[in-house]
Amino acid sequence: MELWEHITTFFSAENYTLFIVSIGSGILCLAAGAVGTFTYLRKRALIGDVISHSVLPGIAIAFMLTGVKNPLYFLLGAVVSGLISIWIVDYVQAKSKLKLDTILALTLSVFFGVGVVLLTKIQHGGNAAQSGLDSFLFGKAASMNLLDVKLFSIIALVNVACIAVFLRSFSLISFDESYAKGIGFNVKLLKGFLALLTVMTVAIGVQAVGVVLMAALLITPAAGARYLTNSIPRMLVISGSFGFASGLIGVFISYSGAGMPTGPWIVIVLSAFALVAILFGKKRGVFARRRVKKNNHIKINNENVLKDIYKVGSQGTKTITINELIKKEKYPPKLLISTLKRLEKIDHVGLVRGMIILSDKGRLAAREVIRKHRLWEIYLSKYFQLDADHLHDDAEGIEHVITPEIEIELIKLLERPEKDPHQSEIPY
Amino acid sequence: MNDFYIIFTASLVAINCALMGSFLVMRRMVMIGDAISHAVLPGIFVAYYVSGSTASIPVLIGAALSGILATLMIEWLTAKARLQSDAAIGIAYTLLFAIGIVLISKFGANADLDQQCVLYGEIEYVSLWLQPIVGGLLLPQQAIILAIVCMVLIIAIAIGYRGLFLTTFDPNFALSTGVAVTFWHYFLMSGVSLTTVVSFESVGAILVIAFLSGPPAIAYLLTEDLKKMLILGCLIGISCSIGGYYAAKWLNVSVSGSISTVIGILFLITFVITSVQKSKLDVITS
Repeated sequence: MELWEHITTFFSAENYTLFIVSIGSGILCLAAGAVGTFTYLRKRALIGDVISHSVLPGIAIAFMLTGVKNPLYFLLGAVVSGLISIWIVDYVQAKSKLKLDTILALTLSVFFGVGVVLLTKIQHGGNAAQSGLDSFLFGKAASMNLLDVKLFSIIALVNVACIAVFLRSFSLISFDESYAKGIGFNVKLLKGFLALLTVMTVAIGVQAVGVVLMAALLITPAAGARYLTNSIPRMLVISGSFGFASGLIGVFISYSGAGMPTGPWIVIVLSAFALVAILFGKKRGVFARRRVKKNNHIKINNENVLKDIYKVGSQGTKTITINELIKKEKYPPKLLISTLKRLEKIDHVGLVRGMIILSDKGRLAAREVIRKHRLWEIYLSKYFQLDADHLHDDAEGIEHVITPEIEIELIKLLERPEKDPHQSEIPY
Repeated sequence: MNDFYIIFTASLVAINCALMGSFLVMRRMVMIGDAISHAVLPGIFVAYYVSGSTASIPVLIGAALSGILATLMIEWLTAKARLQSDAAIGIAYTLLFAIGIVLISKFGANADLDQQCVLYGEIEYVSLWLQPIVGGLLLPQQAIILAIVCMVLIIAIAIGYRGLFLTTFDPNFALSTGVAVTFWHYFLMSGVSLTTVVSFESVGAILVIAFLSGPPAIAYLLTEDLKKMLILGCLIGISCSIGGYYAAKWLNVSVSGSISTVIGILFLITFVITSVQKSKLDVITS
């Protein structure tokens, strides 16, 4: 077990620095995943991209003013310019006809441009301390020093704690701002607070993964988590854990492979997590949705064929042949045979040498479909004043969807009618 | 002459971006341009690794392919996986960019290619690769490619103007009158890929985004006529290139950064003036 040995050395106390750095990255990504849940739900996933580009001028100015590379000053500068960028996005969006995407792109590129100008100014200025200042444009989690990691981890944990405390308020403003306002929440203050948490998280996260990839730390775990649950607390936990695990694994990979960068690996691991969730999510996943679609398709086919057997065999009193059904209703033979076999399996029909025999169970099911169809036609003609020749197509679709409860309601509403608009009898 | 080469190259990028950006701004798709300009990294590296040179043609093809890959990923995530579109954009381009960096650090130890040049570009050095054209005139290699793309774009817009216009402003009407909305979408996306790919090499991803969003946004604040917007966007882009270049020279800072800053300042001025005018107008009408 070479890999296992590798992992145990990685986490052993001998590698104290590495251990701290990996835990620190994990905590950073955890905080980003938690904060990202709200930016995702508020449909402002790309705001993280704007903030991460916008912290650059703040950091440069902090360095120009103090002349030292102190993470606290950098953080302060980053938070200030990040908040300004969010404010500009909101203000321009409210005051002009420009759309959000244009404003986001413009803000992030201009702030970054200003940052680059300041950075080149500093580089040409000859302060020896500046070397390596631009390194955290691209993130160097593995080479962060111990003090930075501890500081950042504490800030990240404070952010997470704030989210836990304000969970209800944040959830409310994410879904229904005007309702929140109506019941007396100070929406403006809450939004500002959430923005502050987001900016803080981005400002420290940028140093781990760099400007470009920071957006992924916010978006990717939250998007993945969304496919696994409908509840916000659960989404927060899942998204945070995705983040934490990816942070650890990312540092581990960059430690194992010589010269491998940390940030990109964190993002790749995160994306893999998210992709698995997107594909295999129990209810919302791609495969789950495809399965539901397929099952619906089967149900509709079953019901249609059953209905036609009933009708062609004059209300289920006559036995008909498969050929008769094909001739009358123009089914593709292959589809018809497979549907009939399925119906035979659930005892709705019996198949004997090309003959189709409707069972009692099948007859009831067929009558149910026809009943729903005709009830719906009456409903449409009565309440929507549609002409008789416009009713069939709509009812053809809805007959498969009406639940027993709705059927009871319909019968009650229409006072148990005897005939449909085409004067056909309704089979009860 | 060096001044001229740099300004000329930057202006060509500005024109290309303004032409495409105007449509992106009206279609609310600017961030897709942002995504493409970052997502080209893995394609560039693979092309570089396979062909062994940074010569432009294979690199351009690689970049274009990964740009298209990015749009396909975004399409798949929004259409098939039903992810909200902003998240789809964010996931797609960060993943591709991350893969690009990993590839470079694994195989490209001595590659003349890093994320710094993707972000900043190397417009200061365009005059290092001069190419003679007719009449003994020398032009930067980059500028020649940009000029060709510029002509392609102008011809494409001239031919496809009606379709682009209709699908941009009233896609439902366009659909009902039988205009192929999907065709025009991909028509535009190919143009955007081409533009970002040929542009980012000279000016970097950040300035490409600034050019895609800034000049068209400023023009849109001033006029709502798409034709005027296209022309105005180009002129604004060129002015910002000239202003930004001289400011950079004067302050001894990055040219790309400086041009982005000038775009930002010009936007701010336009935004304030149009807002003041609008509020005056509101006072009069009320």
